[in-house]
Amino acid sequence: MHPSAARLLNILIPVKRAVDYAVKIRVNPQQTGVDLNVKHSMNPFDEIAVEEAIRIRERLKETVKSIKAVTIGPPKSIDTLRTALAMGADSAIHVEIPESAPSPEPLGVAKTLRAIIERQKEAGGVDLVILGKQAIDDDSGQTGQMLAGLLGWGQATYASKVDIDAEGKIATVLREIDGGSEELKCRLPLVITTDLRLNEPRYASLPNIMKAKKKPVEKLKAEDLGVDLTPILETVKVAEPPKRIGGGKVESVDELVTKLKEAGFTAV
Amino acid sequence: MGKYHGNATTVLKPKTTQEVSDIVKWCHEKRIGIVPQGGNTGLVGGSVPVQDEVIISLANMSQVRSFDPISGILIADAGCILQSLTDYIAPHHHVMPIDLGAKGSCQIGGNVATNAGGLRLLRYGSLHGSVLGLEVVLPDGTILDQLTSLRKDNTGYDLKQLFIGAEGTLGIITGVSILTPPSPQASNNVIFALPHFDNVLPLYQSVKRQLSEILSAFEFIDRTAYDLAVKHGQGRALSDEDVEGAQCFVLVETSGGRREHDEEKLTTLLETLLEADKPLINTGVLAQSPAQFSSLWALREGVTEAVSKEGKAYKYDISVPLSTFKECVDVTREHLRSKGLMREDAVKHVVGYGHVGDGNLHLNVVADTYSSEIQDALEPFIYELVASHRGSVSAEHGIGAMKTHALHYSKSAVSITWMKKIKELFDPRGIMNPGKVLE
Repeated sequence: MHPSAARLLNILIPVKRAVDYAVKIRVNPQQTGVDLNVKHSMNPFDEIAVEEAIRIRERLKETVKSIKAVTIGPPKSIDTLRTALAMGADSAIHVEIPESAPSPEPLGVAKTLRAIIERQKEAGGVDLVILGKQAIDDDSGQTGQMLAGLLGWGQATYASKVDIDAEGKIATVLREIDGGSEELKCRLPLVITTDLRLNEPRYASLPNIMKAKKKPVEKLKAEDLGVDLTPILETVKVAEPPKRIGGGKVESVDELVTKLKEAGFTAV
Repeated sequence: MGKYHGNATTVLKPKTTQEVSDIVKWCHEKRIGIVPQGGNTGLVGGSVPVQDEVIISLANMSQVRSFDPISGILIADAGCILQSLTDYIAPHHHVMPIDLGAKGSCQIGGNVATNAGGLRLLRYGSLHGSVLGLEVVLPDGTILDQLTSLRKDNTGYDLKQLFIGAEGTLGIITGVSILTPPSPQASNNVIFALPHFDNVLPLYQSVKRQLSEILSAFEFIDRTAYDLAVKHGQGRALSDEDVEGAQCFVLVETSGGRREHDEEKLTTLLETLLEADKPLINTGVLAQSPAQFSSLWALREGVTEAVSKEGKAYKYDISVPLSTFKECVDVTREHLRSKGLMREDAVKHVVGYGHVGDGNLHLNVVADTYSSEIQDALEPFIYELVASHRGSVSAEHGIGAMKTHALHYSKSAVSITWMKKIKELFDPRGIMNPGKVLE
């Protein structure tokens, strides 16, 4: 017996193309940001979000009607969407911005996501948004919360365990908080942001990578959604921390004491 | 490995070639045995004293002497750690022509002395080709300066070749001039799960044909080796679904100049492999990020470590025809079983992995403890097996102290006689790394 249409879940997974975490980042000569001419991959927290969406489907089977990935970024961001599709998302939306455009800020991203969610209404709407708790490039950690605020939805941030009761449209989420964890019961629709311990993302298998190439990717521009991605913050300067000066060896305790005194340390 | 214990009382750590020369001269006069030591990462006891020889560690000779970013020629002290050289030339967009699991502690002098092979041999060839010159302190203390940086130099005998792979028995390498290739701009890797070993060779053929110049590694891991690597946390495992029914795995790496070009080639290869009427592969995974790239490599590189964690390892590093890789592993396992040694408190696993591209199989026997019973069951059995395939009893690990008795399985009596003559010529007093290579 098929569940009634009203109980089917549609999941949206916003993903970001970011400088890969294994890359040693360098400040660019203009001191406006970091050198972006390096390897990029999907923001690791978003990868966890994609994995979680797929695991929810593996648990709930056909109850999950769709898993849609969305990214906002330059043309190359399509690679990130393909990875999400290869992992198991059904379709994707690419909100393309020009290569030279500045990186969108959390508020702009949240507004874009809201516009996409509203646009999805005809296709059954969105019941669950799962995204990383932060992107490892700007470390803002705001998008999920802003999106929930804009939509007037509930939010469960820093999730380390997610259980969905599709029937009752209720999510039970374990959150990472200082000194322990907190269990939340939330009504859908809901925004969940993922923390590191939620799951370990899978590799994309070859047959799925091939299938991903044929999955639909809708291309949009910010104007199509009526949003403005112009940054409202201005980056004044990006600089590297001062180089650490290596330590030295001392020959005796006396010398150590002298050095400490020179450096301004005194006995309490 | 805890298998070799030296009884040396003295370790000298000279800082200059002249100091090495002075030490050797003294030892020559007093007839004191010397063991040159690099990172001490060798697997056949080549850098461990057999009695009470003096150890000369090259660790304090760790300066890069020069690097020419145009030609890519690097001249460095023998004690430079391989990884630090890789880091040194990376900003100049060059890469060391060798790479091996021990890169964080092995030294370039030791790499050359043992003619180390490793993971990039398929792409950049052996050190006999990429080493352009050497500085060697001969057994009487004389400094032989052949530290040239010429690509072409056909003037008489190429003496430096004698020291490459001599394992420190003809002299101490103190400086190395080596040609480094430009670093690839894009790398990718993929692990294939294969239903039968029989598919490895046809797969190698189609991979070679389709990827041609961007193919940089073709590594083989049998199922037992893979399971051990996963068990001991070397790299993230593939999903159960992907490994189901797989008898072995192949890791393919590509390195090229342009990402798009490489990806296109790789995609075409994957498509043909998956869409074939009789697919050679079950499935596989393609790295989606540098992190996954390292994780896939860890599954292969981590086998060595996993084997050591699992138990005491008898390691055989052999060159045999590709088609006999599996046979060698199976025959050895059967042989041990017939001797009643395949049991929890004796031999736990017989695993095979290695460099298909180079015809090099690592055959490892993981046992609970080192015992003479197991040792006798393995040797000369394995050496005879290798000899029957006209293979090499030591493909890349060398002879060291461990395999001197087995040299004759791979080298004829005539060859060994002439090796002894060369040794006698360079080191008439027999002080240089005694007991290694030749008995």
